[in-house]
Amino acid sequence: MVGQSLFAGSEVFSHLLNTVLADYVLNSLILMAGVGIGTVVMGVPAAWLAAMCDFPGRRWLDWGMLLPLAMPAYVIAYTYTGMLDFAGPVQTLLRELTGWSYGEYWFWDIRSHSGAIAMLVLVLYPYVYLMARATFLEQSSVSFEASRNLGYSPFRAFLKVAIPMARPAIIAGVSLALMETLADYGTVQYFGIPTFSTGIFRTFYGFGDANGAAQLASLLLLFVATLIFVERYSRRKLSYNVRAGSRAMASRIHLKGRRAWLAALACFIPFFFGFLLPAGQLLFWSLFEAQMPWSDFLSLSWNSFYLAGLAALIAIILATLLAYTQRFNPSKLIKQASQFAALGYALPGTIIAIGVLAPLVFVDQTLLAFSDRFGLGISGLIFSGTLFAVLFAYTVRFLAVALGSIQSGLGQISPSLDEAAKGMGRSPYQVLRQIHAPLMKSSLLTALLVVFVDVLKELPATLMLRPFDFNTLAVRAFELASDERLIEAAPPSLMIVAVGLVPVLLLNRAISRHKH
Amino acid sequence: MWIRRISAVAALCFTTTAVADINLYSSRKEALIQPLLNQFTDKTGIEVRLLTGKDDALLSRLKMEGTATPADLLITADVARLHRAKEMGLTQSVESTTLNSAIPANLRDSDNHWFGMTSRARPIIYAKDRVDPAQLSSYEALTDEQWKGRICIRSSSNVYNQSLIASAIAANGVEATEAWVEGLVNNFARPPAGGDTDQLKAAAAGVCDIAIANTYYLARLVRSDKASDNAVAEQLAVFWPNQNDRGTHINISGAALTAASKNRDEAIALLEFMVSQEAQQWYAEVNNEYPVVNGVESSDVLKAFGTAKSDNVALSKLGELNQEALRLMDRAGWK
Repeated sequence: MVGQSLFAGSEVFSHLLNTVLADYVLNSLILMAGVGIGTVVMGVPAAWLAAMCDFPGRRWLDWGMLLPLAMPAYVIAYTYTGMLDFAGPVQTLLRELTGWSYGEYWFWDIRSHSGAIAMLVLVLYPYVYLMARATFLEQSSVSFEASRNLGYSPFRAFLKVAIPMARPAIIAGVSLALMETLADYGTVQYFGIPTFSTGIFRTFYGFGDANGAAQLASLLLLFVATLIFVERYSRRKLSYNVRAGSRAMASRIHLKGRRAWLAALACFIPFFFGFLLPAGQLLFWSLFEAQMPWSDFLSLSWNSFYLAGLAALIAIILATLLAYTQRFNPSKLIKQASQFAALGYALPGTIIAIGVLAPLVFVDQTLLAFSDRFGLGISGLIFSGTLFAVLFAYTVRFLAVALGSIQSGLGQISPSLDEAAKGMGRSPYQVLRQIHAPLMKSSLLTALLVVFVDVLKELPATLMLRPFDFNTLAVRAFELASDERLIEAAPPSLMIVAVGLVPVLLLNRAISRHKH
Repeated sequence: MWIRRISAVAALCFTTTAVADINLYSSRKEALIQPLLNQFTDKTGIEVRLLTGKDDALLSRLKMEGTATPADLLITADVARLHRAKEMGLTQSVESTTLNSAIPANLRDSDNHWFGMTSRARPIIYAKDRVDPAQLSSYEALTDEQWKGRICIRSSSNVYNQSLIASAIAANGVEATEAWVEGLVNNFARPPAGGDTDQLKAAAAGVCDIAIANTYYLARLVRSDKASDNAVAEQLAVFWPNQNDRGTHINISGAALTAASKNRDEAIALLEFMVSQEAQQWYAEVNNEYPVVNGVESSDVLKAFGTAKSDNVALSKLGELNQEALRLMDRAGWK
């Protein structure tokens, strides 16, 4: 199908091929490579340190490192650009102190590939951190201690035992980050880097060519399918099941002296640059520079909050159903269906919005015609003109996140455990309740948390599908930012972060309480 | 218990808010339209519901909803999108002597499908300490060797630039325009990034000496409460290009009645209100745009930029040439 759409030959597509397509592909690949490496380097060692070691500040850094999750990529991009651009305070101060003028000194250009990679890594590493940490915590202390008994240093044990065992989780986290990278529109558009997602927009809107855009989108899906394949492949090859009963880490490694400080630093850096600094800047702008229309913030926050909550619930219920259907009925069809469902995550929100709107409008129109004919008195667009459309789009977009987390959690429960329980005369329901529920709790909570925060930050689909007179924090922030009022956009951006913090903190507490 | 909760949640999802008198799809930001809508409601008692979004997304939604759309009016911040809406059959003709007499003919559709509500110019803005305005003359002259590495302008994805290039095509034809755009891209100080305000700040900071941007962005910096914004504006001045030929490029924000509108009269009443003295005055003051109606004064800041001859090409022509412009920019390597 992809091949067909590629060679069906839209005239616009051949124009793109001759002019800008190579740029789209190259830029997307560069971003993916950078984000992939960056999130692993930032997320994995920090996750291991937080899960296995003890060092000063570990308790609060443990959750502090999750906070960048609440920061939308476009917001962090606006914020750092405001700070580091040539017209921003840092470079202005530099020029004032040194008397240099522009062009006489070198300064990192944030609107560049490296800048976009840095922004995306800062907000996406928590996916890797979250998934890797969950696995490290669940890894049997036995395997770690066994490797230590074999004479491995803690560092070697980390490299040789912990990482390979956590590889499926790490790859799951990285592929989430990469899919977010492919779907990102706000950051790359702001930095002027032409990628697939900006290309799809330009083709669809600029050229008004749905076919050309669909062909670009298919090409994008090819990337994603490769990603998913790699992820599944690694998971198939390496599946370590946890033996129930050997879960808790006997004791953490107590780091002392310089090592302890290095560990603290490794965890502090992501927290500082991913959260503390940009949030501080937003707070500063909000308090001292923005003229704040605080009046409707309560209703905006409430709209954001309940929309995200509902969407998160729907997504984990569906993901759980899918994951279990697959476990109990490992047929190829179901497996493919669940992989297909996961594709949505890498598509830019607008593309999903258009895809969702078309069938819903069709249903509505049919309904209206029906109601006219039989005098049912239905007026208005019941599905496409209401929050139903928004929630539907969120589900399409974020099901993959929930599914990834739940599947990797489920993969850690050995099927032999099910068999044993069944052999002891337990009904499937009892197996679920007594064995799976406690083991799955942290994966479910992780899924809930990630979808909630993702929805809170989501912009394009919300913007396009929401009903009349319904705004969220993200919509408000976007309106101001796209009108080039960055400072005025600070208060709603800060509120997105603040509303997102509540569930991040609550759920993190629930996850770690469950662990101990 | 659960059933009640679930049905409460379901009710929440399917609520279509109380039926209002007019429904509006707008790519003008809420802050730049809601106050006027409130005035309109106070005056006429007609309720207005608003849905803001990106212009293209609103067009897609409108197209898909077809005859079932609740929208009565479409408001966008650029002429190319209004033209596209007309081409897609999403709008309808409005016969209103009020509108036709208030709005100059080149700022509205010849078939009365859309109407300009405010206008804005896209002149050359230069750094006073580095550029002598005597060196400047027209958009075309910016390809001169002396401007090498000195020009800032945003991405070709931006519709204001697409309309600017469309106006050049309308005046000079495709071939000449393509050669010109290549020369322009050659003189860029850096790959395009950021919005119009960013180009202005770049010019002030010395990244480049010339920026091309819409007038209201500069006016906003002049009127900002922030001293650093004022300082940026202080270093810049407006040059009105092409005064000896077609005039400086202008664009509009405008509105159209949807083809499927179910509240035609109320919607036209709102259109007419938008070109009333008070509404035009409000736009002039709050967003520093040029009123389209004769006799309404521009804001003081705009007056200080001076007056100029503007390009009188029918704006619908820019809509027709939009795609051509976009391709040309792709070919010329304008990111």
